[in-house]
Amino acid sequence: MDNISVKVHDLTVAYNKKPVLWDIDLEIPSGILMAVVGPNGAGKTTLIKAMLNLIKPLTGRALFWGEPYENNRKRIGYVPQRGSVDWDFPTSVLDVVTMGTYGKLGWFKRPGKKEKERAVEALNKVDMVSYANRQISQLSGGQQQRVFLARALVQDADLYFMDEPFQGVDAKTEKAIVKLLEELKKMGKTVLVVHHDLQTVTEYFDWVTLLNTVLIDYGPIHEVFTEENLKKTYRSTIDSFYKNNGKVI
Amino acid sequence: MELLFNLFSDYTLRIVTLGSTLLGITSGAIGCYAVLRKQSLIGDAVSHAALPGIGLSFLLIGSKNTEWLLLGAFIAGWIATLVILNIDRLSRIKYDNALAMILSVFFGFGLVILTYIQKIPNSNQAGLEKFLFGQASTLLQRDVMLMGIVALITLVPMIFLWKEFKLLSFDTIFADTIGFSTKKLDLILTTLIVISIIVGLQTVGVILMSSMLIAPAVAARQWTNRLFIMVMLSSFFGAAAGICGTLISSSIDNMPTGPIIVVVITLIALLSLLFAPNRGLIWKRIRDNKTKKEINSTIILSILYTLSEKHTKTYHSYDLSALMLKKDNIKYSKKKLLKELNKLKMSGLVDKHEKNLWAISEKGMKKISVLDYTNGGQSYYD
Repeated sequence: MDNISVKVHDLTVAYNKKPVLWDIDLEIPSGILMAVVGPNGAGKTTLIKAMLNLIKPLTGRALFWGEPYENNRKRIGYVPQRGSVDWDFPTSVLDVVTMGTYGKLGWFKRPGKKEKERAVEALNKVDMVSYANRQISQLSGGQQQRVFLARALVQDADLYFMDEPFQGVDAKTEKAIVKLLEELKKMGKTVLVVHHDLQTVTEYFDWVTLLNTVLIDYGPIHEVFTEENLKKTYRSTIDSFYKNNGKVI
Repeated sequence: MELLFNLFSDYTLRIVTLGSTLLGITSGAIGCYAVLRKQSLIGDAVSHAALPGIGLSFLLIGSKNTEWLLLGAFIAGWIATLVILNIDRLSRIKYDNALAMILSVFFGFGLVILTYIQKIPNSNQAGLEKFLFGQASTLLQRDVMLMGIVALITLVPMIFLWKEFKLLSFDTIFADTIGFSTKKLDLILTTLIVISIIVGLQTVGVILMSSMLIAPAVAARQWTNRLFIMVMLSSFFGAAAGICGTLISSSIDNMPTGPIIVVVITLIALLSLLFAPNRGLIWKRIRDNKTKKEINSTIILSILYTLSEKHTKTYHSYDLSALMLKKDNIKYSKKKLLKELNKLKMSGLVDKHEKNLWAISEKGMKKISVLDYTNGGQSYYD
């Protein structure tokens, strides 16, 4: 089944007894732009990390094109939150973007001219070529985000996971990301984006997943992104229901 | 001159200098990763934890050969590191807590063993304490050969796993997602760090060894923004400290080599922290002052600009008190304001009309329209 990129089955994740994700079942069709929306602490980042085996789930698993993650690493690109690394690391923008080629290079091989060229090409797509030789600590938040996106582009994956790329970026970066998402969609890629801004969901994406520890609903925006569903997602009673281990108060 | 002459003629001095240099190169290079991964204290933990290994090795094998003692030190240091990393990974105890706990437990145990060994009659125990503060003068040719081998063992994997170590240090999670086993890489890198620390114990001692790992890297980071140059520079600083320290201590009576090396490398780090261009504190201070001045004049210019925007005549002039009315943006005294206005006039950005009236000039208008505040003052950085 190639028209389904990801199948998540029965996924439950808990940190110290408290469930963060509860019994998630999700199918992501190929070629869509999907927003993952939900309040703080809803488990959006955890969902991505659990799918990518970065966190061990209690139960359940994610299958990519019908196979486990390990078999398909090279077809999957990941853009972490930009706060997850130390931007004072002694390296250049081009160097960070080139890291996207390391996966295909494998162990021991050094990136060569071809890899550098692909990195420059990706920087071009996010409008950052003129920054190629700059030290990464000299970038603004939005520029950092675009560097991370370029690194993911270099991976040339079929499926992308992006963790809050729009968080705290300037208008120019926001436009660049939106343009990029559209391009990726045109190329037939599948993109899953953790997103905070409810205002722009319908504008930027065509599918949405509403998450608050449990999966509220998912599907095409016009079917799922309803007032009723949003109320369900952001209603605090759901939150407290699960915080109290299922005892309704 | 005499010092240099000694270096070529005195056999012992040559051996010791060679040993300290090798030590400086190795710990300087690998120390960069400890610093960049924010695991600076791992060196301290490993070196302290190595002490019981030295004692136990002596008790079990009964030999005072450096190789055996260092093997014991390596095993103990390595076990301590693994325990620390696993406590951090598997329990809710934080990394620094685990580190402090293991460091003191192992070191305490080491002291117990050393004391016990001293109480054994005829054990000829003298010599084990040299690992506490180090005793470079006891270095033999074979010790230095061991240090050379260890330098190779540390540096060769660093060359082959260059991109992997860089990736691991910059973004562990990303490294994981693109298929590099960060557990394996972490283990290799940590082992290399442990090895390079252990080999320095005889020269610098368990208490001071961690500075050989950290100080060169901290100093090197100040001078460059490239990892490769940082590693090279760090090795160079380590080697320089090794040579200088040995020569200084050999030229003055009763000067311990290890501690002098540590003092030298600390000095290098201190000077780098102060004087390195861009990252140095003094440089930073100068730059901040310059920026402050620039901002002052820009603020005053923008006040004139906003006033002129409201006025029908673009280049209408205002007196000082009108400029001071905009109190919420500006904290300047009349004197300061006048000084800044005069400076702006010198660069032709404002015009002074009669009776102390000031107006923005055409040139000033151009300058302010170029400044782009819509991007949070981004143009400053571009």
